[in-house]
Amino acid sequence: MPDPHTGFIVAAYLMAAAVFLGLILRAALEHRSLKGQLARLEQRGARRRSAAKPTTGA
Amino acid sequence: MLRYANPTLFLDLARRLIPAFGALGALGIAVGLYLVFFVAPPDYQQGETVKIMYIHVPAAWLGMACYSLMAISAVGTLVWRHPLADVSQKAAAPLGAAFTLLCLVTGSLWGKPMWGTWWVWDARLTSVLVLFLMYCGVMALWNAFEDPARAGRAVAILTLVGFINIPIVKFSVDWWNTLHQPASVFRMGGSTIDASMLWPLLIMAGGFTAVFVALHLAGMRNEILRRRVRTLGLLAAQREPEAPVEALPEAR
Repeated sequence: MPDPHTGFIVAAYLMAAAVFLGLILRAALEHRSLKGQLARLEQRGARRRSAAKPTTGA
Repeated sequence: MLRYANPTLFLDLARRLIPAFGALGALGIAVGLYLVFFVAPPDYQQGETVKIMYIHVPAAWLGMACYSLMAISAVGTLVWRHPLADVSQKAAAPLGAAFTLLCLVTGSLWGKPMWGTWWVWDARLTSVLVLFLMYCGVMALWNAFEDPARAGRAVAILTLVGFINIPIVKFSVDWWNTLHQPASVFRMGGSTIDASMLWPLLIMAGGFTAVFVALHLAGMRNEILRRRVRTLGLLAAQREPEAPVEALPEAR
């Protein structure tokens, strides 16, 4: 016989999946958007003083 | 630690650590889910509903741990003025809010079949709700300031004041009569949970924590980039005042 509280368990796990997916998507989309904005600004000639020397970092 | 005060070095470290912690977290959660659904027994009183514990408890631990991390970062901002301390605080707040919300919602979904109610104003539930509201307040304060350095100091003070709530959350079940059960894992005299349920719980908690670390590093990386965009946008606006500064509005 199925557990009478299956709906509560499924809802809890779906909520957890939604939270994880939301946080991962938010981080990834934000990263892509910021990289794009940074590239556009650098294309327009904007440079940080510390970026005058080429570095190996990101 | 001081070496990674340089954001460029930190970004290089984060680029390597984010996938590693992400993979570790995915593996931990996958193994944990297998143990939860195929190995761990149902509880003798609660039946299968105990499966909610395996996400509710790690979410609660992370909700509190994240605020403690923010408090340590706040000390870093106010005392040592570490350049990454307020970056860490800002990146942690939405994660803490998300895990605390997950704790509240899964607790409610567990409470309804076990207690017969979605919510009671007992000390544990109320103090966790206050924790969630503290996270919301911290995020609102970040957005109230134009200058990230000023925002960082104001948020650091608010975070340290709010830290008083963390021991209240932890010990509320001992200090007051609550419907919520007392601590059963981290307690004097050892855990009261059987090993067949404790191990899946600890593995799920490990997986959650690894994903949290990956997301926190990713959030810090994004915050550093956001500040670079802001600085470059301001420089571009000074150099060519008539040109549209498209990046600025998004760079707060």
